[in-house]
Amino acid sequence: MAKRIDVSGLSAYYGTFRAIDDISMTIEPRSVTAFIGPSGCGKSTFLRTLNRMHEVVPGARVEGKVLLDDENLYGSGVDPVSVRRTVGMVFQRPNPFPTMSIYDNVAAGLRLNGIRKKGELDSIVEKSLKGANLWNEVKDRLNKPGSGLSGGQQQRLCIARAIAVEPQVLLMDEPCSALDPISTLAIEDLIGELKTQFTIVIVTHNMQQAARVSDRTAFFNLAAVGQPGKLIEIDETERIFSNPTVQATEDYISGRFG
Amino acid sequence: MSDVVNDAQPLSGAPAPSRLATARLPRWAPLGIAVGAIVVGFGVGAAAGWKSHIQWGLLALFLFVAGSYAITARVEGRRQAKDRVATSLIWASFILAVIPLYSLVQTTISKGSKALDGTFLTHSMNNVLTIQPGGGVYHAIIGTLEQVAIATAIAAPIGILTAIYLVEYGVGRLARWVTFFVDVMTGVPSIVAGLFILSVWFEATGQAPHEGFAGSLALTILMLPVVVRSTEEMLKLVPNELREASLALGVPKWRTITKVVIPTAVGGITTGVMLAVARIAGESAPIALLVFGSDVINNNPFQGPQSSLPYYIYQQYTNGNDPSYNRAWSAALVLIAFVMILNALARAIARWKAPKTGR
Repeated sequence: MAKRIDVSGLSAYYGTFRAIDDISMTIEPRSVTAFIGPSGCGKSTFLRTLNRMHEVVPGARVEGKVLLDDENLYGSGVDPVSVRRTVGMVFQRPNPFPTMSIYDNVAAGLRLNGIRKKGELDSIVEKSLKGANLWNEVKDRLNKPGSGLSGGQQQRLCIARAIAVEPQVLLMDEPCSALDPISTLAIEDLIGELKTQFTIVIVTHNMQQAARVSDRTAFFNLAAVGQPGKLIEIDETERIFSNPTVQATEDYISGRFG
Repeated sequence: MSDVVNDAQPLSGAPAPSRLATARLPRWAPLGIAVGAIVVGFGVGAAAGWKSHIQWGLLALFLFVAGSYAITARVEGRRQAKDRVATSLIWASFILAVIPLYSLVQTTISKGSKALDGTFLTHSMNNVLTIQPGGGVYHAIIGTLEQVAIATAIAAPIGILTAIYLVEYGVGRLARWVTFFVDVMTGVPSIVAGLFILSVWFEATGQAPHEGFAGSLALTILMLPVVVRSTEEMLKLVPNELREASLALGVPKWRTITKVVIPTAVGGITTGVMLAVARIAGESAPIALLVFGSDVINNNPFQGPQSSLPYYIYQQYTNGNDPSYNRAWSAALVLIAFVMILNALARAIARWKAPKTGR
């Protein structure tokens, strides 16, 4: 199921501003890859280019190639809608649909894509909520609004919603930054389980989190404010945190930055 | 370090006078000052023999604001006194705003209830001499309902779709022009809208219109910009995160709009449409030009002259005799009730459809 991502020569722009410059990397299937780096270095922008969410912002465009198992996401004739069905995304702030119940939130992606059979929906909703470790907490109130859950539960609901459409890759943009340590732990455990089925990419500001959950870590940096962000290095997480090749990485990780 | 430990233990003896708490006026003080100001203001007014009761009220108002400031400044301090003055001014403005509303509703109810009965609501003015009492408003209610319904059926979809275009798709010159012309349309006087439809109708058919549908078209022109503007504001309030969450699930943009954006904003959109309906329900100028007015029941908005509530009020009032005055006031009451029922419905729908919270 999970797919490899090969990025080569990727630059992303907001209007005339180049946010990230010439990034190339390989993201392995069935593993967790963490992106770390200071604010404004283009981690989130890069993440959003991987499922063509970048171009949703008016004036934004992308140059370069993103190969998903040899298929270029930016090839001519590629439908961004089918790309997003294959590459799911969880956002920084939990964003359940406020007009929908817990059940409808999880079923939203399926229903909006045309699956309507009650039995099929029921089983996928249950499977996804179990997959997101939320089933036991919400199984008795599936018809209550999703916005009534706690922040951590809402974020797990969003993860359930994302995995319900069975993507190949799951992108997570600082999924724990709005959550307390207990909810963070729940989501990190969940990431560990999900990586057996999905390719996971996670952006985080929390270096301990990157060290805990990821197999490989990429460090991004920018020369100065207003300059594009660049990929400094990507390697096994253990190496990045113990013996990085580049001095800037070590400075950033050890807190000696700037 | 030992100081910190001591602080945590309960203090013995009397607490030192606090610097954080000051003397406070009792909770009834603003009301008391208000009552005092009104008594003194009206007393002075009556004693001095001022004819205008507005002068009494203004004096009471001045005494209320000045009294609040003086008393609060003495007891609580200057900052609290300023706060109290601001609060007093807001209350005074509120009361000033409510007085005309109350007066309007009270006058309409007291004068409008004279002729208002079952007969009035179920009969037309057919074969009723204007100087006779009796007759009714049924034909005008039918006219207003049909004309407003047709106008809404045309303006609401076009307006909502325009707003969706502007918020979800509109970039560049076309969107700017659409916004500009919507703003221009907001300022079109109703008589001009009526004249526009009149001239278009004349060009198209060679004769002047005598039917409800022509009035509906003019009302559509008046309603459209209100619907576009209010819907636009409501759609802008929908957080972008929801659109992105839906797009990231691989949902096409049009389904994101129909299934996520619009349901989230539907309460506000409904309220906006209802307010626009309320605005056009009171228009008489286009009806006088295009629908011609009528004393008999005409259920067909596409043939023959009709009446409408505002036009009926105007017609009865210009008759210039007591039975007609009473009918005009009653029709005004019916019109106000109609608009209020619509508003209540809009609020109910908005509450029912609002994004749900709670467990």
